[in-house]
Amino acid sequence: MAHDGTEKDQTIAAHLERCGVSRRSFLQLCSALMVTAPVGLALTEKASALEIAQAIGRTKRPSVIWLHFQDCTGCSETLLRTSKPDVADLILNVISLDYHETLMVASGHQAEAALNQAVKENAGKFVLVVEGSIPTKEQGIYMKLAGKPALDVLKDVGSKAAAIIAMGSCASWGGVPSADPNPTGAVGVDSIIKDKAIINLPGCPPNPYNLLGVVLEFAAMGKLPACDELKRPKFAYDRLIHDHCPRRAHFDAGRFVHDFGDEAHREGYCLYKMGCKGPATHAGCSTRHFNETPDVWPIGIGAPCVGCTEKSVAFRVPIFQTVDIHNATPPEGYPLVNSQTGSLGAGAAALAGLITGAVGGAAWTTSQKFAKHDEAEITEEDTDVVGKGGK
Amino acid sequence: MPMTRRDLLTKIAAGSVSAVAAGCVTGTALTSVAYAEEPLKVLPHAVGMLYDATRCVGCKSCVAACAEANNLQPDTRLDGLHQAPTDLNAFTKNIIKLYKPASGDGFSYVKQQCMHCVDPACVAGCSFHALTKDKDNGVVSWHSSLCSGCRYCQIVCPYHVPRFEWEGRNPLIVKCEMCKERLAVGKEPACTTVCPTRAVIFGHRDDLLAEAKKRIKKTPGKYFEDRVFGEFEGGGTQVLYLSHVPFENLGFPHLGTESIPDKFLKWQKLAYSYMAVPVVLYVTMVGVMRKNWASHQEHMEEEQKKTGLRAQL
Repeated sequence: MAHDGTEKDQTIAAHLERCGVSRRSFLQLCSALMVTAPVGLALTEKASALEIAQAIGRTKRPSVIWLHFQDCTGCSETLLRTSKPDVADLILNVISLDYHETLMVASGHQAEAALNQAVKENAGKFVLVVEGSIPTKEQGIYMKLAGKPALDVLKDVGSKAAAIIAMGSCASWGGVPSADPNPTGAVGVDSIIKDKAIINLPGCPPNPYNLLGVVLEFAAMGKLPACDELKRPKFAYDRLIHDHCPRRAHFDAGRFVHDFGDEAHREGYCLYKMGCKGPATHAGCSTRHFNETPDVWPIGIGAPCVGCTEKSVAFRVPIFQTVDIHNATPPEGYPLVNSQTGSLGAGAAALAGLITGAVGGAAWTTSQKFAKHDEAEITEEDTDVVGKGGK
Repeated sequence: MPMTRRDLLTKIAAGSVSAVAAGCVTGTALTSVAYAEEPLKVLPHAVGMLYDATRCVGCKSCVAACAEANNLQPDTRLDGLHQAPTDLNAFTKNIIKLYKPASGDGFSYVKQQCMHCVDPACVAGCSFHALTKDKDNGVVSWHSSLCSGCRYCQIVCPYHVPRFEWEGRNPLIVKCEMCKERLAVGKEPACTTVCPTRAVIFGHRDDLLAEAKKRIKKTPGKYFEDRVFGEFEGGGTQVLYLSHVPFENLGFPHLGTESIPDKFLKWQKLAYSYMAVPVVLYVTMVGVMRKNWASHQEHMEEEQKKTGLRAQL
């Protein structure tokens, strides 16, 4: 999109002012960023929201191009459902969203022209956000964009991007479309593009703050945040849901839901036995709920976590199958001092005594019998030998 | 003259016999070197821990931290979900237990791990020096390469600390070694670093004892018998305890001030002084044999006469 005036006019601060966004709501966004991304995001290492606002305010609005492939648009929806601070509005102001199929007014050839123009104008500088998986079977004919397979569109636009953000589980590694038997050969972005900086924001959908954090970090600091081995930003995906779950106390106390709607479910007990994947899923859901409404996330509303941010869990492990606890922690109960294992009960001692006595008695009786038997034999032999000698 | 096959085998046999004999002699000599002296005293640089049961809130951070620092697999055998050991075992070097009287009040938590005795019974009881007491900081540790798996240490320990890895094919003896790898790099043991109430603290034994006495002096009557467990018990331990309930309720044995090795080795030394007991035993046994031999000869002759056959024995 064309901007008039000097470089300074293109900064986030200048744009917000032009659009009538108050300084207060911008500061609120910045403090929200500090709360939602406390670790791992270089931006939030700044001491105060004001300093973050200064850093972001000075930044030129990053150009973002958003491509949709095999998706349900849920990732875009979650972005729009975010309300306090008005991230949906701010994300349109803070970043320069130059192409987004579901949000743009244009359609058909006009939309196609917009994409081409945005890519041309910002070549090598824009951030590409990909939503949805890419079909690869039969040269990718299962999904086409303006007559071209998604595969080609991604290769074309991706080659000109500065960085690529795979938004959602589908773009990260295939997601729902790649579930067995994967009829379209759906894969994630990093299976196709190898030579670009790619960051995965898995989730079905991911929390929109994760996207905002990554885009702003890239715009303000010129680099992507630190990632784990699955290319997920550590500030959002370094801990297990289980570690911060609001229902954790019930897990430790051994209070579990056994059936949907049972007494324990109504009491809000732990969903582990219903197949909750929290103990195997790295994501910030348990601390950053959706739509800025407390408890709006699966476990919060009484549904087990499906592990959507884990490549090997969601859409691969059956929903009601329990996962292994990899880092088991101590429960609420205690072993008692006086209940040592391995002590000998009175009954056991008596039994052992009985057996020993019986064996001893039997041995004695047998030895007596043998002695008698031996004597008898010797006498027999004696007579025999004498008899033989006589012959 | 070339060596024959017979010569070789004879030499091998002779060699192995003498090697075994030499090994026995050396082993005995080593043991006697270590325990011929007076009972061990508190080392000048002895480190230890002070556990105050009145401060412990039973959070078990130390249990989790211990397992992590020592690469112990969490013991989930109770329910498959939690690290819930019922006692010290091959997966658990440190445990928090609960003392709950029937009346319900006066409960207490207790942390159990190796006491790192000043004069450890396990070290004295080990036949192969697989358990040693560090000469500098007094930490008692186990060495897999020397262990024969006899479990004498397990039997001799008055606190029931060393545990045997029953499930293992090459089983280990598992006990707290005060995170010796961490101590070596200047860190505290894992359990003391994570305690949120500082119920268990690490330091030099002298400092910890002074601290314990300071606490007792500050609040007389708060602690059981105004006493620090481990100052003298069983010759003293390097892990010290303060408690508001009787120590026996926390699972501690009644020990005198004498150390276990001292108590038992005293009798052993008496038995072996001037080789008196072995000589008496030997003489008695020879006497018994001679007596039996004579009667056996008589019996044999009788039998021969009776049967007209040569005796088989």
